[in-house]
Amino acid sequence: MSEAAGETRTELRVFIADDEAPARARLKELLADIRPELATVVVGESANGLDVIERLPGSGAQVLLLDIQMPGIGGIEVARHLGGLESAPAIVFVTAHDRHAVEAFELNALDYLMKPVRAERLAAALKKAQAAGPAPRERLERAAAGAREFFSIAERNRVVLVPVADVLYLKAELKYVTLRTRMGEHLIEEPLVAIEREFAERFVRVHRNCLVARAAIRGFERTAGGSEEEPYWNVVLADLEERLPVSRRQWPVVKSVLPEPKQ
Amino acid sequence: MVSIRQNLATTAPPDFRNLGVMARALVFVNLLALAVAFVSEPVAVRMLDAFVRGTVLLEPLLLVSLAVLYAATPLLRRLDYWPACVTIAALVLALAAATHAALGEYTDVTLARMLIYTAASVTLVLAYLTLHLSAFSPALAEARLQALQARIRPHFLFNSLNAVLALIRRDPRRAERALEDLAELFRALMSDGRSLVRLADEISLIERYAAIEQLRLGERLRMSWDLDNAPMDALLPPLVLQPLLENAVYHGVEPGAGIGDVLVRIERRGERVHARIENPMPEAGQSARAGNHMALDNIRERLMLFFDAEARLESRVEGSRYRVEIDIPYRTGAV
Repeated sequence: MSEAAGETRTELRVFIADDEAPARARLKELLADIRPELATVVVGESANGLDVIERLPGSGAQVLLLDIQMPGIGGIEVARHLGGLESAPAIVFVTAHDRHAVEAFELNALDYLMKPVRAERLAAALKKAQAAGPAPRERLERAAAGAREFFSIAERNRVVLVPVADVLYLKAELKYVTLRTRMGEHLIEEPLVAIEREFAERFVRVHRNCLVARAAIRGFERTAGGSEEEPYWNVVLADLEERLPVSRRQWPVVKSVLPEPKQ
Repeated sequence: MVSIRQNLATTAPPDFRNLGVMARALVFVNLLALAVAFVSEPVAVRMLDAFVRGTVLLEPLLLVSLAVLYAATPLLRRLDYWPACVTIAALVLALAAATHAALGEYTDVTLARMLIYTAASVTLVLAYLTLHLSAFSPALAEARLQALQARIRPHFLFNSLNAVLALIRRDPRRAERALEDLAELFRALMSDGRSLVRLADEISLIERYAAIEQLRLGERLRMSWDLDNAPMDALLPPLVLQPLLENAVYHGVEPGAGIGDVLVRIERRGERVHARIENPMPEAGQSARAGNHMALDNIRERLMLFFDAEARLESRVEGSRYRVEIDIPYRTGAV
């Protein structure tokens, strides 16, 4: 607030994301209308979630006007991925849902505008968002309707997305989680427990520190150690040489994964 | 005269050109004959015997009656409920007398008994068919109808208004047209929806709906219309096609980032009207939107309400396309 209030000539940098062209045009018109009250400049526009994630970080946007219903990845997931950026924008969600649906989606905790948007509301929301900064991660998580389609790694000035479907296993190491795909490894900063909860259908815990994609499990191998009655097992994964140990505690759960058809 | 309301309030006589009505009459009368045989001859062997003896007169009469009623349907449709019922009874009784005159010598049934049985059967069949029609209780059916009409997705309304707002300054004329389309659409959605509409009206409605969606979605929505052989005078319950097209856009076009091809084809095939609506399946990985089957079930129910067993609604996936097909009898008349 102090920045904008102090320097009236500084324009607030706004990024607009909506899949409908008329909706984007309408927001631009409204931004022009409220110019006497709040000077803004549109630094970018996108029609889908992936495009926002690709182009927003380089745009220097301070506020993102983000449609919730977009093709591909929706607004809430986009917001979650952008949250990791060093200069994460403040986000004002825009939705055509009625109030009832907004409540159902637990969006109340977030800043949102309902379509059609009114100029005064837009001005108020922009000011508030600018003052408040990015939405806290846990509020976004609560508002998410389902599991994400991507994991994201926020780098200095960009967000790398890794499709959840590509992940073979996740392994917790100190404060990071290593994400293994066929192509390579990524580090993400999320608790393994939260990932296990969000993607319960996709990943199974094989060890205290490791989740494996059910679909990637090809079989199990006995390892040295253990005894005839209580052998130790390793998971054999599709397309990977690496073997992952199964803890004795998890073995009863894990071994039941294999006979089922892969998902 | 042919409207859902009248069917519901059972002020219209049963339609003997309807397959369901004919089948029900056939089965019902034969069951009735069995019951009569059972009452008069409680021993199983004699009962069957009595039934078979009865059928010598019964079956020819039944079949001829249905054929005559089928032929007389245009006349019956012009009558109110009670006159129509009396006409039906008179026709069948006359046929019973004729049947007895022709085949009476093969049985020991007297003409008087035959006429009494026939009159009783006609009364019971008409009562049964009327009851069956009203089993779709009007209150219940209307509640469902209203539920369907209220079902138009709120997000469609708000997104459309938003799109119109965006046009007002840049293209006022187009904004005007869009508002007119929207008004027309909502007029149809909010009407009491009980009377039948002409296919021409329903098509004009879905064209308006498509125009609004086009405004909103631009090139992402690519509509193809195949209406050259559509029988514009055919009658159908209102708002059968619009929810299907709305589904096609909502499930097949909006969730995709690319271009969505939606096909609407309506044609007459002999005495049937065939409509097909096709849309792309959501791409893999994109979470499919829920809530499709309620609309389909609702439409199917309403078609049944009017056309009974002669209407068909099917949906299936063909490759990467989702297809809904409706097949109804070709009916015309005053709205």
